Amino acid sequence: MQATLVMFVISLVGFSIQDNLGDPLRELLGQSVSEAEREALRDEMGLNDPFFVQYGRFISNAVQGDLGTSYFFKRPALQVIADKFPATLDLVIGATLIIVLISVPVGVYCAIRPTAWPARAVMGISIVGISIPVFLTAIFSIYLFAVTLGWMPSFGRGEDLVEIFPGWKTGFFTKDGFAHLVLPCISLSSIMLPLFIRLIRSEMREILESEYVRFAWAKGLAPKRVWFLHALKNTMLPVVTVGGVQIGTMLAYTILTETVFQWPGMGFLFLEAVNRVDTPLIISYIIVVGLIFVVTNTVVDLLYTWVNPTVKITGRGR
Amino acid sequence: MNAAIRRFAQSNFMYSFGRDKVAMVSFAILAAFVILAFSAPVIAPYDPYDQTTIDIMDSEIPPMWQDEGEARFLLGTDAQGRDMLSTILYGTRISIIIGVCAVLMQMFLGITIGLVSGYVGGRVESFFMRLADIQLSLSTLMLAIVALAIFQAAFSAEAYSDMAIIMLILVIGFAEWPQYARTIRASVLAEKKKEYVDAARVIGFGAPTIMFKHILPNTLSPLLVISTVQVANAIISEAALSFLGLGMPVTKPSLGSLINSGFEFIFSGSWWITAIPSIVLIALILCINLLGDWVRDALNPKIYKEK
Repeated sequence: MQATLVMFVISLVGFSIQDNLGDPLRELLGQSVSEAEREALRDEMGLNDPFFVQYGRFISNAVQGDLGTSYFFKRPALQVIADKFPATLDLVIGATLIIVLISVPVGVYCAIRPTAWPARAVMGISIVGISIPVFLTAIFSIYLFAVTLGWMPSFGRGEDLVEIFPGWKTGFFTKDGFAHLVLPCISLSSIMLPLFIRLIRSEMREILESEYVRFAWAKGLAPKRVWFLHALKNTMLPVVTVGGVQIGTMLAYTILTETVFQWPGMGFLFLEAVNRVDTPLIISYIIVVGLIFVVTNTVVDLLYTWVNPTVKITGRGR
Repeated sequence: MNAAIRRFAQSNFMYSFGRDKVAMVSFAILAAFVILAFSAPVIAPYDPYDQTTIDIMDSEIPPMWQDEGEARFLLGTDAQGRDMLSTILYGTRISIIIGVCAVLMQMFLGITIGLVSGYVGGRVESFFMRLADIQLSLSTLMLAIVALAIFQAAFSAEAYSDMAIIMLILVIGFAEWPQYARTIRASVLAEKKKEYVDAARVIGFGAPTIMFKHILPNTLSPLLVISTVQVANAIISEAALSFLGLGMPVTKPSLGSLINSGFEFIFSGSWWITAIPSIVLIALILCINLLGDWVRDALNPKIYKEK
C-alpha cells in the first residue's frame, strides 16, 4: 500500500519535471520551423492535452518500460541506465560484503568485551569514521594508494571484466577488475561501517542483559553457544531492518563515490545527465532509484515478519 | 537573570561537562572555529570574493612551510590564486551558516508537525507520521541531490549561484524534518497524559498555548540531543552536495566546493587545495559529533536510541 503510494508520488514528480524542464520541441526541431508548424506538432504530440491525459499517457508508457529517449545518447533512457546498472551493483555488493564481514565480528566483540582496550579503540575510531564524509575517504584513498604509492588504479572499472549473466559484466573475478573495485568499495563502506558496528554493539549489549540469556548462562551452556547462537540471532533482527533501509542511503552515496572514482555507473551517469539537462535520463534515474527503494523496503518488511514471527505488521492478513 | 545563570552553572549538565575532558576540548575547538569563521571579514588577510585582489600569477602556491611557499600566503593559494586561509575562513562561515539554518528549519517544521500530530492525534497524526515514514524510507541525501539537480537544471547557472545558499538551506532543512517530528511526537505522547496538561486544560488554555508553552519546554532535552547530531549531518550534506557541484558555486565556495575545486589538482601534486579544507571540515564535524555523544550521555539517553 505504502509502496504504491510512494511510486505514485515519484511518478508524479518525474512527470512534472518532464513537463516543466526544457521544451521537447526545441530538442527535436531547429530554429527555422515556423510557429504554426510548431503548434501543429504540439497538438500532434499531445502537448496541449489536459494535465491528466498527459499524465495518463506518461504512466502507461512508463509501465511498458518506455521512459523516453535520452537526448545525449539517442537511445531509450531505460536502456542507458540498464547498461550502467551492473557497475553500480558491483560497488554495492562489494561494499555490503565489507560491511557484513567486518561489522558483525567487530560489533559482537565490542559487545562481549565492552571494556577491553580494542573495543574502546574501535568505538573511538568509529566516531572519527562517522565524521569523515564519504567523498573525503575516497579522495584520501586515491591520494594515498593511487597517487603517492601507486598500488591501486585511481579511476574506472578496468579492462578485464567477466560476463556472469547476459549484460552483467563484473569486475570481481579478474585481477584488474578486482583492483579497480577495492578502493571504491572501501570508500563506499566507510560511512556505514562505524554505524553498523555501533548498532550491533548496542543491540547485542542490550540482549546480553536480557532474561533468556541469563537463563542460558544458568543452564551452563558454553559461552560460544550463548553468544553466537542465542544472542546473535536476536541481535541481527533490528540490524537487518536498518540494513535494508541503509541500502537506499548507499545508493545516494554511490553518486559520490562514482564521481570521485569516475566509476561508469548509474550515479555518475545521473550527474552527467544533470549537467547536460538530459531530462528523460534524469526522470528515468529517479524512477529506477525510487523503484529500488520501494522494493528493498518491501522486501525488508516481509523478511522481518518472516524471521520474527512475533511481529505482525499492521494491515497484513486483514 | 543572574540567578538563572548561577542555576545553569550548578546544574547537572554543567557538572558533567566539567568532568568530561573530551567534551571540553571539542567545545573549545568548535568555539574557536565558529569565532574565527564569523570574524572572517576582519581577520582574513584577503577578501576571496573580491576579484580585483586575485592575481592568477599567484595560483597553486604551496603552504608557507613548503620550499616554494611564500609568507604572503600562510596556507598557499588555490588554482585561481586565492589565498587559502581567507577562502577557508569564509568557506567555514558559509558551511556553518547553512548547517545551523537548515537545522533551524528542520526544527521549526519538525516541532510544529510533531507537536500538532502528537497533541491532536487521530487522522492528522497518522497522515503526518505516514508522510514521515515515507520520507525517511527514501534517503535524505538522495532527496537533496535529486531536488538540487532539478533546480539546477531548471534555472540558469548564474541565477542558481545567487540562490544556492537559500536553496541548500531549504533542501537540507526540508529533507530531515521527520527526525524532529518523530522525536517530538514521542515525547508529546508521554507528556500529554501528565497532570499538568490536564490542569492547563481545565484552566481553559487553548490548544496552541498548551502545546507550545506547557508541553514543548518539557521535550527540550531530546531536542538538544538530536540537534547536535543534525547540525553535523547538515554540514556533511552541504559539503557532499557542494562537492557534487550542486551546492555553493566556486566563486563563493563553502568547504565542500573548495574540496571539489582542488580535487582535480591532487593528481598534479597540489594536495593542499583539497587537503586543508578537508581537515577543517573533518575537525568541525568530529567536534560536533563528540559534543553530541556527550550531550546524549549527559541528558536522557533512552530517547536517542529510537534512531
